[in-house]
Amino acid sequence: MIQVESLRKTYLSRRRASGVGQALLSLVKPSRERIEALKDVSFSIERGEIVGYIGPNGAGKSTTIKVMCGILVPDSGVCLIKGRVPWKERAAHVAGIGVVFGQRSQLWWDVPVIDSFELLRDVYRVPGREYSASLEELVSALDLSPLLGQPARSLSLGQRMRCEMAASLLHSPDILFLDEPTIGLDAVSKLAVRAFIERANRERGVTVILTTHDMHDIEALVSRVILIGKGEILYDGGFEALVAGGRATGAGIEAVMAALYGEMGIA
Amino acid sequence: MRLLLRYLRLAAKGQLRYRSTFYLTAFAQIAMPLSLLAGISLLFARFGTLGGWSMGEALLCYGVTQVAFALAELSSRGFDNFPSILANGEFDRILVRPRGLMLQVLGSRLDLSRFGRLIVGGIVLAWAAKGSGVEWTPLKAATIALMTLCGAVVFSSLFVLGAAFAFLTTDGLELVNIFTDGGREMAQYPMSIYERWLRLFFTFVIPFACVNYLPLLFVLGRPGTGPAYALLPLAGLAFALPCLLAWRAGTRRYVSTGS
Amino acid sequence: MIASLRAYGGLFRMRFLRGLSYRAAALAGTATQFFWGFILIMVYQAFAKAGGSPLGLSQIASYVWLQQAFLALIVVWFRDKELLSLIVTGDSAYELCRPVDAYAFWFARLAAGRLAAALLRCAPIVLVASLLPDPYRLHGPSSVPAGLAFLACLALGLLLIVAITMFAYILSVVTLSPNAAFMFAAPIYEFAAGMVIPLPFMPEGLRHVLELLPFRLCVDLPLRMYSGAIPASQAPLLLLQQALWIALLVPAGRLALGKALRSSQAAGG
Repeated sequence: MIQVESLRKTYLSRRRASGVGQALLSLVKPSRERIEALKDVSFSIERGEIVGYIGPNGAGKSTTIKVMCGILVPDSGVCLIKGRVPWKERAAHVAGIGVVFGQRSQLWWDVPVIDSFELLRDVYRVPGREYSASLEELVSALDLSPLLGQPARSLSLGQRMRCEMAASLLHSPDILFLDEPTIGLDAVSKLAVRAFIERANRERGVTVILTTHDMHDIEALVSRVILIGKGEILYDGGFEALVAGGRATGAGIEAVMAALYGEMGIA
Repeated sequence: MRLLLRYLRLAAKGQLRYRSTFYLTAFAQIAMPLSLLAGISLLFARFGTLGGWSMGEALLCYGVTQVAFALAELSSRGFDNFPSILANGEFDRILVRPRGLMLQVLGSRLDLSRFGRLIVGGIVLAWAAKGSGVEWTPLKAATIALMTLCGAVVFSSLFVLGAAFAFLTTDGLELVNIFTDGGREMAQYPMSIYERWLRLFFTFVIPFACVNYLPLLFVLGRPGTGPAYALLPLAGLAFALPCLLAWRAGTRRYVSTGS
Repeated sequence: MIASLRAYGGLFRMRFLRGLSYRAAALAGTATQFFWGFILIMVYQAFAKAGGSPLGLSQIASYVWLQQAFLALIVVWFRDKELLSLIVTGDSAYELCRPVDAYAFWFARLAAGRLAAALLRCAPIVLVASLLPDPYRLHGPSSVPAGLAFLACLALGLLLIVAITMFAYILSVVTLSPNAAFMFAAPIYEFAAGMVIPLPFMPEGLRHVLELLPFRLCVDLPLRMYSGAIPASQAPLLLLQQALWIALLVPAGRLALGKALRSSQAAGG
């Protein structure tokens, strides 16, 4: 379903000057830095998998996700999703995926949630009957009925995230990209979101790619993790096998991950 | 089309939700061109003429410009606000949706309070149609309509150009205002009062004169003009082309640099 | 007392450096202002050529260039976007938690922002405009006292406009929509201050009404002081008028801000 091979991406980033002298200098000669966001990234994901894509901040997670969503063109390498190259057939590609950015909302701030959903129906050209079936299912699965009439700005973060999840699945995509979907949520909401991801995967057969820093998400949902650090894949396999050594010391999961990142030299 | 209507409904709903804000903005949208209008009429009251143009004639110029600008703002605000769309990540969201990018940028920022300027411009235009003493013919009326529409295209193209520019840098974007706000300010007076270099620039580089001053000369029946002048506004459409190309180049660059 | 003064001083310096650091934006802004300046001069002069103008051609040019050079000190729409985003997100209620007076804090911040922008922008405009050929040239002040009176009026005008625009910020706290608040204020202010057309171009009755309002003291007064259209001998009286308005608006704004912040805190939940 998803095939990624030797993906490479280098950014040129301009450094902001700090002092007045430097500021003047940078007018003449902007100093630039090469950042290798992805060095050689390869993996493949089968239909119906839930894969955790983990790694420390700045490891290249978002860059990979952006490439897979068609937002970013890599320097070289192959990315095939359902046989399509995301950035070459953007519209056809994105019609079949759902994306949740945990830190950004896709709902219209000032109007009732249901209006945002209807906009999305028109954006994705979902036929009427399909839309009502999909909506009904999502509303009951996520317990949205009391929220639909409220504007997004008045929702709590947990309520909003539930609506975001629904918004990303209205058009019944086969693949769901979740970028930190549980960030900032309280315990109840986290559990609800996890349960829903699990259910969407089981009942709708949605392939889920999940990035998160919360290892409890990973423990609860994921059998396979891909670990990226400094732009390279360092591990691809079962989560328990990755952390078994650390767990034996009796440390908590966060400490285990921190130690692991340290050992790999990517902390 | 259906999607556009949906965007419009959403904008209406969202903006009417905050009545006080909506009324304040709408008031401002009426008051701004009105205060300008007051200024112009006071100047005419004092001096009587502007470079040989009567008040009615000059207001025709003002009305066409205001209506064109209002139409552009009503529809293309998303491009005017594009730096914010880029900064808050909305553009990434737009990229993961299976619709045209321009349509989505347009739809995300429809601003209904801009009707205020449209109304003021429309009223002034209607008044000036009489006050200018023009003997109206179907061709002349059609010319005014074409001027307005093509004027709106020129303003919209400038907004798009500014948005394309925003892909490169967010510094210095104020420069775009020279041509949008500045263009509006300038085009609302008859172009003949300006220095030659300015007239040339706004005829051949950004064709404000073609959508406003020059065809107006024909409408007013100035000597040496003919019906061919009625077609000049079409030059405004030609201006849209490079702006669209710049936008495309900008989006290409965005997906290859991610910033 | 000294500690709190130091806090304002620190804030002032920070905003000042901040303003200086946006060079490209400043450059673009300057270019924009030149463009506007030329347009306005050409329009006013085209009118004035009909004869009977209360301002001579060179006085028109000076009026417009100074208006452009010191735009940051005299327009309503020069806004502190960070402060406004603080207001929109509702974080402005936290200002009550700081150990300093919110009004004074905002006042210093806004005045510093305007001053920095003005200092950055005025030099190139004044310099280039004074090298332009007539009738576009910016001439020097009509006399030394006129120049000094101009600076004094401009300085008090800065305090006055900050006091005036503070009400737009307060309105933003209430409506949570800064755009609306500023767009509401701008057309009224600009007309009454003489930015749409200079006050001398207006009919006498209207001018007398506008002279009763504080707005023209920010724009019209300093600019005409410069060219000697208002004699420098009148300066002390007019400066006093500015001071009185400041003394009136500051306590009123302070009261209103306190109320607005407290109620926004209650509504914030």
